[in-house]
Amino acid sequence: MAALVTQTAVELGRRLAAGEVSAVEVVRAHLDRITATDDRVRAFLRRLDDAALAHAADIDRRRAAGEPLGPLAGVPLALKDVLTVKGVPTTCGSRILADYRPPYDATVVERLRAADVVVVGKANMDEFAMGSSTENSAFFPTANPWDLERVPGGSSGGSAAAVAAFQAPLAIGTDTGGSIRQPAAFCGVVGVKPTYGAVSRYGLIAFASSLDQAGPFARTVTDAALLLQAIAGHDPRDSTSIPRSLGDLTADLERGVDNLRVGVVREFSGEGLEPGVQARTTEAIERLEKLGATIVEVSLPHASYGLPAYYLIAPSEASSNLSRYDGVRYGLRVDGDTAEEMMALTRAAGFGPEVKRRIMIGTYALSAGYYDAYYAQAQRVRTLIIRDFQSAFEQCDVLAGPATPTTAFRLGDKVDDPLAMYLNDVYAVPASLAGVPAMSLPVGLDDAGLPVGLQLMAPLLGEATMLRVARALEADIAFDPTPRGERALPAPSVAGPTEVPTP
Amino acid sequence: MTATTEQATRYEAVIGLEVHVELNTATKMFCGCATDFGGEPNTRTCPVCLGQPGSLPVVNRKAIESAIRLGLALGCEIAPSSQFHRKNYFYPDMPKNYQISQYDVPICLHGHLDIDVDGETRRIGITRVHMEEDTGKTVHIGTSGRIHGADYSLVDYNRAGIPLLEIVSEPDLRSAAEARAYLAELRAIVLALGISDAKLEEGSMRCDANISLRPVGHTVFGTRVEVKNMNSLRSLGRAIDYEIARQTELLASGQPVQQETRHWDEDAGTTSTLRAKEEVFDYRYFPDPDLVAVEPDRAWIDALRAGLPELPAAARARLADAHGLPREVAALVVSSGLTGVLDAAIDAGAAPAEAAKWLTNEVLGWCTAHDVEPSAVPLRGAELAELLALVGDGTLSTKLARQVLEEVLDSDKTPRQVVAERGLEQISDSDELAALVDTVIAENADAAQRVRDGNTKAIGALVGAVMRATGGKANPQLVNQLLSERLIDGGA
Repeated sequence: MAALVTQTAVELGRRLAAGEVSAVEVVRAHLDRITATDDRVRAFLRRLDDAALAHAADIDRRRAAGEPLGPLAGVPLALKDVLTVKGVPTTCGSRILADYRPPYDATVVERLRAADVVVVGKANMDEFAMGSSTENSAFFPTANPWDLERVPGGSSGGSAAAVAAFQAPLAIGTDTGGSIRQPAAFCGVVGVKPTYGAVSRYGLIAFASSLDQAGPFARTVTDAALLLQAIAGHDPRDSTSIPRSLGDLTADLERGVDNLRVGVVREFSGEGLEPGVQARTTEAIERLEKLGATIVEVSLPHASYGLPAYYLIAPSEASSNLSRYDGVRYGLRVDGDTAEEMMALTRAAGFGPEVKRRIMIGTYALSAGYYDAYYAQAQRVRTLIIRDFQSAFEQCDVLAGPATPTTAFRLGDKVDDPLAMYLNDVYAVPASLAGVPAMSLPVGLDDAGLPVGLQLMAPLLGEATMLRVARALEADIAFDPTPRGERALPAPSVAGPTEVPTP
Repeated sequence: MTATTEQATRYEAVIGLEVHVELNTATKMFCGCATDFGGEPNTRTCPVCLGQPGSLPVVNRKAIESAIRLGLALGCEIAPSSQFHRKNYFYPDMPKNYQISQYDVPICLHGHLDIDVDGETRRIGITRVHMEEDTGKTVHIGTSGRIHGADYSLVDYNRAGIPLLEIVSEPDLRSAAEARAYLAELRAIVLALGISDAKLEEGSMRCDANISLRPVGHTVFGTRVEVKNMNSLRSLGRAIDYEIARQTELLASGQPVQQETRHWDEDAGTTSTLRAKEEVFDYRYFPDPDLVAVEPDRAWIDALRAGLPELPAAARARLADAHGLPREVAALVVSSGLTGVLDAAIDAGAAPAEAAKWLTNEVLGWCTAHDVEPSAVPLRGAELAELLALVGDGTLSTKLARQVLEEVLDSDKTPRQVVAERGLEQISDSDELAALVDTVIAENADAAQRVRDGNTKAIGALVGAVMRATGGKANPQLVNQLLSERLIDGGA
């Protein structure tokens, strides 16, 4: 019998339903794995052992009573610490919210509970989701399970690392300009950024409201599809939520890519793209052709303006979204002689340097006299990029290209060079700006033995087709998601976590 | 330019008003919290109106409906697509440190409002009507009661997120009287629509005035001053008159008017600097990405237009033309929000002039005495008609009718119920009264004789004696008639 922690959510769900294993056993196995590994990975800001075991026991009771349960009932999940859970500290990776306990549950959290997915902990992240390495967490950085000296990517680095480290088969992250796809690529797992509006943002602590989307991490496409299915759907509490369903995301997963047209983005190559990433991307596209897809070259002519546009729009929205952290109602308060002084001192002490940098950039971009040149201009670029995608999708069903220009870099390598850090997002932000669904699928390793992610993108609400292409490729490549290599986290043994060697 | 021509320079005031109206929707602008007053601090709050991390606003459809109805009543174009912006500034009583407000794409544009001043009708342009959310309220604890010198401050967010409409006029007003007429008319329209209780004194209707002067005949605007904190029609008028005088004096003495925001002090009767021009905030407006465009469909707008009530101007004209009421009486009925009661009374058979007289004297007097909004007076038209019928058929004297009205207003009884319960029917039985009259004549022989001698005024004392004897219930006309028959006509 394989260790519980190496199994997929689908397998666990099947075995739980068959009564071969209890939810308490499944959850305990994962909690043990976290205990055995998280001193090195540091994926979690907070473990929720008691709540998770109680939830698992409740699931077992209800299953024994014959209550119908969903396919993911009893499956453990790591929740990015940007989604509110009533009464449970939700920090956003920031000192300013270090002791903040939300008075309500995020819609995503409600839906996870309705599906009886068990939240085992709150995952680390870059402060307010601003970053590409999880080094901007106010608390500690997370390590990449494939190489503990490297970053897991960000901002959802804790979520991606937890799944890669077999600490949980599922995780929720959020993606504003690549924050699911880039860490998924770096950690060799599947990560999906849904169509903007497909998953409710209610309870997702905002970074950039017009871009933020929550989405799934998993080690397989089918698991990711099931998790996305569980959290997606219209929510009247989010005005930007789309009043339409994504449809059945698993029904057509195995249908293959026959007669599908895959567009290769001409602009997603060239300067900054590592040869290893380029090679695996090209091979993956060749495989798709072999599997029956038609490959067409398409152009997103304004994609190169995506990054600067993104780095104006997102900070502008952030500068306003983060105004509420002032010490008056909740979170950190540093006292001052006047209300203004209290607010200023609180914000000076509570926010880290990257958050402050983006607040300043955004405040500047929205200022009188600069608005037209920066924010308004960036919005015009956004409109052009949306049109680019529309015409590209007239020629193909999905787009394919690299998820990131490089594989995982070393911890500390880019902390002092924000521009180099921002360039990680160069292939991710166009889909974010256009609001279209996009994902990263592990397609192999580079010469250094680090995972490479292929990015797939689809038209609005085209998740089913995108996942179907990913599934076909996954089946063909048969990528092993177990971290390996000199500095990798040791894999879980069949016998369980007690045999994991400690360094 | 000579000194004489300078002295001869006459200035005209250019005034525009920005009016905020608090809507009476059941729930707040962007969440489901109740809007009712009187709750303990911070009990009408939720994650959304407290700006808790992760919470999101959802527009209240009823507030949009109120905005469209007011826009239609003011002859505005209703924008097929309008937008909410964020107005960013830090203030402790603003939960998100930005206010959601419409900015350059408001829901209603280009309307107008006709006002009557000194018998002349003027059309005042309405620039726009837009929606926004209210802020919370800060209470400063300490001896000063103001933010400076306070020991600490407490914030109540019950009001945060209550829907507001802002109505911005063109700078078309030229005097305090016109500004007052404009505000009064706008208030009457809001009351007729039933979208707010529009109380200036309590802040559910607030008014800021932009005032500048320019030489008569010039078309270029002078430097404008914004004046805040006027909480009655009277203080609006006083503040404008004060500000016109202040600016006139400055200009006459060759000094410039500073562009600034000034605070009206009701007790002192003066304005003082609140914020200089340099302190103007950069609000960094940008479209709120949490909200989608407001796109009311044609059918909805048409339905709202069809459902508009009679507006004050039309009501005044109808009451004057169809019912022959004097214009000022018609205006008072309409501005008090009593048109509905009057119409119902007329429908129930009351004479229009008589019913209007009772409403504008007795009923308004009762409202003032009891601090009740006239529009909320607990009187049905049918009750007023019944009361007038009781007067008309001699059951009640005018004096008794006033008492009955009082009780009708204080209770939920009808006039007939009050009359029956209190045995207030007027004695109009000639036989019963004749005996009483004879007794009174016998007991007051001197007075009776003076009447017989031709001093007809002396009859009053005899009428009074009869009234006293009946506890005020005798029909005074009948008593008068019976006394006259006996002492004047042929009684000798």
